[in-house]
Amino acid sequence: MNKTILKTDHLKAFYVLDVHGTQKVVKAVNDVNLDIQENEVYGIAGESGCGKTTLLKALVAAIEPPLRLMDGKILYQVNGKEIDVASLDQEAKRKLRWEYISYVPQGSMSVLNPVTKLKETYRDFIGSHVSGKSKDEAFEIAKEHLLDLGLPLKILDAYPHQLSGGMRQRVTIALATLLKPRIIIGDEPTTALDVVVQRGVVQLLKDIQGKLQNTIILVTHDMGVQANVADRVGIMYAGKIVEEAPTETIYGNPAHPYTQYLIDSLPKFGDKSTRKSVPGSPPDLGNLPSGCPFHPRCPHVMEICKQEMPGYTKLEPNHRVACWLVGEGERLS
Amino acid sequence: MEKLLEIDQLTKVFSFGSILSKIKLTAVDNISFDIKPAEIFALAGESGCGKSTTARMIMGFESPTSGQIIHSGTEVAKNEKVWFTQGIQAIFQDPFGTFNPLRTVDRYFFETVKNYKLAKNKTDAIKLIDAKLKAVGLSYEEFAGKYPSEFSGGQLQRISVARSLLTDPKLLIADEPVSMVDASLRMSIVNLFKELKENFGVSVLYITHDLATAYYVSDRIAIMFRGDIVEMGPVEQVLMEPKHPYTQLLRESIPEADPEKRWNYKIDLSELEYEEYMRKGCKFAGRCPQVMEICKAEMPQDTQVGKAFVKCHLYSESQKSQNEVI
Ligand SMILES: Nc1ncnc2c1ncn2[C@@H]1O[C@H](COP(=O)(O)OP(=O)(O)OP(=O)(O)O)[C@@H](O)[C@H]1O
Ligand SMILES: Nc1ncnc2c1ncn2[C@@H]1O[C@H](COP(=O)(O)OP(=O)(O)OP(=O)(O)O)[C@@H](O)[C@H]1O
Ligand code: SF4
Ligand SMILES: [Mg+2]
Ligand SMILES: [Mg+2]
Repeated sequence: MNKTILKTDHLKAFYVLDVHGTQKVVKAVNDVNLDIQENEVYGIAGESGCGKTTLLKALVAAIEPPLRLMDGKILYQVNGKEIDVASLDQEAKRKLRWEYISYVPQGSMSVLNPVTKLKETYRDFIGSHVSGKSKDEAFEIAKEHLLDLGLPLKILDAYPHQLSGGMRQRVTIALATLLKPRIIIGDEPTTALDVVVQRGVVQLLKDIQGKLQNTIILVTHDMGVQANVADRVGIMYAGKIVEEAPTETIYGNPAHPYTQYLIDSLPKFGDKSTRKSVPGSPPDLGNLPSGCPFHPRCPHVMEICKQEMPGYTKLEPNHRVACWLVGEGERLS
Repeated sequence: MEKLLEIDQLTKVFSFGSILSKIKLTAVDNISFDIKPAEIFALAGESGCGKSTTARMIMGFESPTSGQIIHSGTEVAKNEKVWFTQGIQAIFQDPFGTFNPLRTVDRYFFETVKNYKLAKNKTDAIKLIDAKLKAVGLSYEEFAGKYPSEFSGGQLQRISVARSLLTDPKLLIADEPVSMVDASLRMSIVNLFKELKENFGVSVLYITHDLATAYYVSDRIAIMFRGDIVEMGPVEQVLMEPKHPYTQLLRESIPEADPEKRWNYKIDLSELEYEEYMRKGCKFAGRCPQVMEICKAEMPQDTQVGKAFVKCHLYSESQKSQNEVI
């Protein structure tokens, strides 16, 4: 039986902006319930700008203005105790970051300091995160970790711009996993890499996961990568998880019209016929349509879709969908 | 046939390291290709193989160590910022680095409109900007007055694409223009490239790791590996019947969007990037499953195979005749 490691309960995180004196609210994470298990790879896919990065920021407790936690909870399971992230002070959050949960951000080049050699970045990192060890001792641990992951030690003498994108990404992942976190969060960790290196990075992530028996939350719009590594996939649209199921179901039997479009829009080798994308434009999260946020673009739209947001219908115990077409839905408590 | 852009024996050498142990890296090694009017030409290959360096040289942001860039028949002088001309526009690889974080993004658009006198007044300017943003799934209203940090990665990327379209360029240098965009929007952007090509004769240098969309929109493709073009030809041939062992490895490594077909063996990536760059013979020799003695000693020449060129000893004349003897 699996155990929950991280949970969100009706999580709402909005950007609250002041535009020429009027308040504007961007509903980037809008009522999200997640129940992430130990030792699983949970994939998140969805349209550009739908709130994936914002959701991850909330999960790692990095909510800073203009982003605000409006409602709901983020619950960590640390050493058998449930912790409400909102109750943590800065120092406690800092401690949990890297040890309990660690984050490889989108465009992770920015994590590595461009003007220092990687050696220094590693030294600084260890210096500020590992106490009770001499710098040299800690540095030895870092070296071992790199070797463990099959990365050459020579890179420590390089500046970030001297490494290829793939190597940089693997170094960032190595750094993020140095303290053996229970949860690794990757935001598009393989975009901008060639498919061979991408495979290497995914392999690295899976190796680490295998060794640590921990959890990976992987945001990527690369449906090939999701298919390859995720155990479960959540599909996000306009700040909401609109469908969630085991990977096989998402690909083999998608139920939400948006998911269906997403799967169908994938180009295939040997087939140059025009492939369609979702009609219309992504919604403005600062000015959401009423009812189901997908309704202006949905080919199956009904009257009720324009008026009310559907609740989740469970097609199977582990397959939930928010769409009126599929069912009346129920409000999960 | 007429050529819009011709790259002739282009080379770029970087040197770095300390004064005592200076390392020279040939990031782009004597490559040649051309782009015809109304053609989508894809440039794909390993991360760090020199694609962006090639693009940056074409745009004049990096001066070639040797070789020529000929744009519509005239050679581009070293360091000339072609990018600022109306006929050729660029989309840079890193959307987070494209815009100054302290300036609102719309200012870039208004500047371009002003510099090229693309509109008579502000209303017209907004109309133009809105039309280009709509083409990438955004709108003026959503974007006005916002700073780069207020957009997601994919939104910034789409904004870069929209900006490059403002001047109605004849050639787009698109360096990973859709890497952060989901499959569906990605399709709508490459479909847009296709329309521009078919309806307005626009050419695109489409630099990408996404071989599926490269196959879908491009006419021809060049596969780069460690500074060399190792295979080049019509996409139909290069991607459907890859000849070079590296192209074959690339093709095999594309993850299938099907959980039933997961990767079932591991690949080896251990070699360091600059060690491969330093190789005397074929730079893929250290990892090639079909490596021969000659590969380690001699750099293979371009050999025509069908409609494509392949840089691999397996296909060279001497090797072919040997194969026949056996
Ligand atoms: N600092 C900010 N201020 C205001 N709005 C923001 C800010 N950051 C993000 N947004 C908006 O919030 C929404 C969600 O952004 P987010 O970065 O979470 O999207 P995403 O799903 O990660 O997209 P992508 O796939 O393109 O990376 C977008 O509409 C974006 O414009
Ligand atoms: N200014 C520089 N100084 C030293 N080396 C550089 C410089 N710019 C690029 N390089 C090196 O040149 C090689 C080619 O880099 P380039 O950015 O052109 O690759 P790319 O094919 O665009 O890679 P990616 O797919 O990751 O975008 C890399 O090894 C890179 O580290
Ligand atoms: S609820 Fe209605 S509009 Fe929304 S996806 Fe389902 S059918 Fe389409
Ligand atoms: Mg994002
Ligand atoms: Mg590049």
